[in-house]
Amino acid sequence: MAVVETRNLTKVFKEGHLGAVNRVSFETREGEFLVFLGPSGSGKTTLLRMIAGLEIPTSGEILIGGQLVNDLSPRDRRIAMVFQSYALYPHLSVYKNIAFPLKAQNVPREQHRKKVEWAASLLGIGALLERKPRELSGGERQRVALARAIVREPAVFLLDEPLSNLDAKLRASAREELERFHRSVGTTSIYVTHDQVEAMAMGDRILVLNKGVVHQLGTPTEVYDNPADTFVATFLGSPPMNLVGLGDVIVGFRPEHFLPSVNVTGETIPLQFKVGNMEYLGSEWIVSGTIVGGKLDSKKAVSRLASAQHLGLDGVYDFVVPVRTLKFFDPATQQRVPPRDIQWQ
Amino acid sequence: MAIGSARFKSVGAGQSPFLSAAMFAPAALYILLLVAGPFLLAVFYAFSDARIGNAELHFVGLENFRSILQSPSFRVAIRNSIIFTIGSQLVVIVSANILAIALENTFRGRGLVRFLILLPWVAPISLGAIGWKWILDSIYSVISWTLVALHFFKPFSAPMWLGEPHLAIASVLLVHSWRVIPFSTVILLAGRTAIPKDIPEAAAVDGAGFWRTQFQIVIPMMRPILSVAVLFGLIFTFTDMTVVYILTAGGPFDSTQTLPSLAFALGIQGSDLAAGAAISLFLVPLLVILAYFMLRIARRAEVS
Repeated sequence: MAVVETRNLTKVFKEGHLGAVNRVSFETREGEFLVFLGPSGSGKTTLLRMIAGLEIPTSGEILIGGQLVNDLSPRDRRIAMVFQSYALYPHLSVYKNIAFPLKAQNVPREQHRKKVEWAASLLGIGALLERKPRELSGGERQRVALARAIVREPAVFLLDEPLSNLDAKLRASAREELERFHRSVGTTSIYVTHDQVEAMAMGDRILVLNKGVVHQLGTPTEVYDNPADTFVATFLGSPPMNLVGLGDVIVGFRPEHFLPSVNVTGETIPLQFKVGNMEYLGSEWIVSGTIVGGKLDSKKAVSRLASAQHLGLDGVYDFVVPVRTLKFFDPATQQRVPPRDIQWQ
Repeated sequence: MAIGSARFKSVGAGQSPFLSAAMFAPAALYILLLVAGPFLLAVFYAFSDARIGNAELHFVGLENFRSILQSPSFRVAIRNSIIFTIGSQLVVIVSANILAIALENTFRGRGLVRFLILLPWVAPISLGAIGWKWILDSIYSVISWTLVALHFFKPFSAPMWLGEPHLAIASVLLVHSWRVIPFSTVILLAGRTAIPKDIPEAAAVDGAGFWRTQFQIVIPMMRPILSVAVLFGLIFTFTDMTVVYILTAGGPFDSTQTLPSLAFALGIQGSDLAAGAAISLFLVPLLVILAYFMLRIARRAEVS
């Protein structure tokens, strides 16, 4: 097991252009499951590939287990990687796929069978060892890829969107399996995804990236409840946080905190809300519309409600936001600022 | 799919019953007149005593085959055909793989290099062979001139590339390789680019170095396309007579004669049509075996 650290890591693909990854510094904890979360083009995969040694950094340092690995080839970094496509070797059986890293690392041949069977049983694919990858389902392929990664007991696991090729139903069970797998092996893992649900569900901590820059590193609770800036506030959460400009500050509140006034006690901000659209999602309603009157007149807002029976399209209702849930951001820097008293009306 | 094929049928067969026959006719005519006709004629001649300038024709049974099998130059021709075909393919596969690996990476001027490598394939075979004839010429050879200039040989004592049997065999073999390398390189390059990039990357992360990645992952994955390249190369070389004919005309002392060039020498130049036809018929079973394997590979590629 080992800690992964980067210092001012930068990757520029085209000279003179903005870096795909820009001065990224972070440090994992021992045995942690760290998630790189960001939209496509945020540099999260490039960052992972630099850690793996598949991409050469333009500048900056990468340390694995305290050792500078910038000049080491992937094979010498004691890492294992699971690719988005799984990258199984199509001409080799499952057994030979899993044994390949052992062969490549010159592990004595007589240990191969024991180790392959250990990895296969850990992932419940002991019965598939003689098959070829093309004879496997998506979920089975993923397990083979994981078994191939675990078999040589790497210091660090790197996972590049391993669930994105699975259908929605399989994804939930595969996610659970991955979590159980990480708990049982306890190896430091870095997991890349653009899916905030995956990130929130699996991550011990989340590194939020956009355009090659780190926006926040924190636990799922921290990044959701205390977003560092407007990007984090809107990227996490579905629907995203409501952001409204109010003079020299941007005020943010989550849709689940924007509620009909009857439901709420304590200190609140009252707002008139005109319903423009209603979506029924089974367990909840997503109601979008505009605020009416006051300084926020005609600003768009979204509310998430357990029930919306009493609401109707184009109706105007009394809504409130609890004061303790309000977030404040600086319009110039987009950074979060401390709470302040503001004039609402 | 069902709708598409139904529509296709109505356009092809329904509207005009003659259309499909008309579409087939050129291919059928080509095969009948230019392939089947000469082939049957060759079979006919092989069992006769046909000679150029002799109007009479007698059936002689297996006499032609018997006399061919006894002739030493025929045995040399068979041996040479096999040496040239297999030897040049070995050279081709190794060089084409190296070239394909080199051309896979992007570098400055890659387009120009690719063009230059493809040239031997694009140029007419006779033109290339004549070029090589001059390069290997006994008096004007550039190679000899260079070796003399570098003091490997004294003036006028450089080897006769096409004049000594062993050197001539090696020269013909290498010119054959030079001829097929571009074709194989292009095929292998396509095979390489078809392999998803993350597979060699996964191998690198798994701990494999360059050679292990090539020999245990990339080349085994290219096996179907590699066999296509090899089979085409085998057939091109095996049936070719231009290179031998231009470089050595089979000499010295028939030492570089191949089956096609011997058939030409005896049948056309020597006027013994029957012998030439019998020799060319020896090519048929070998080519049938090659064709069988080609079709099998093509089918397997379709299935998977």
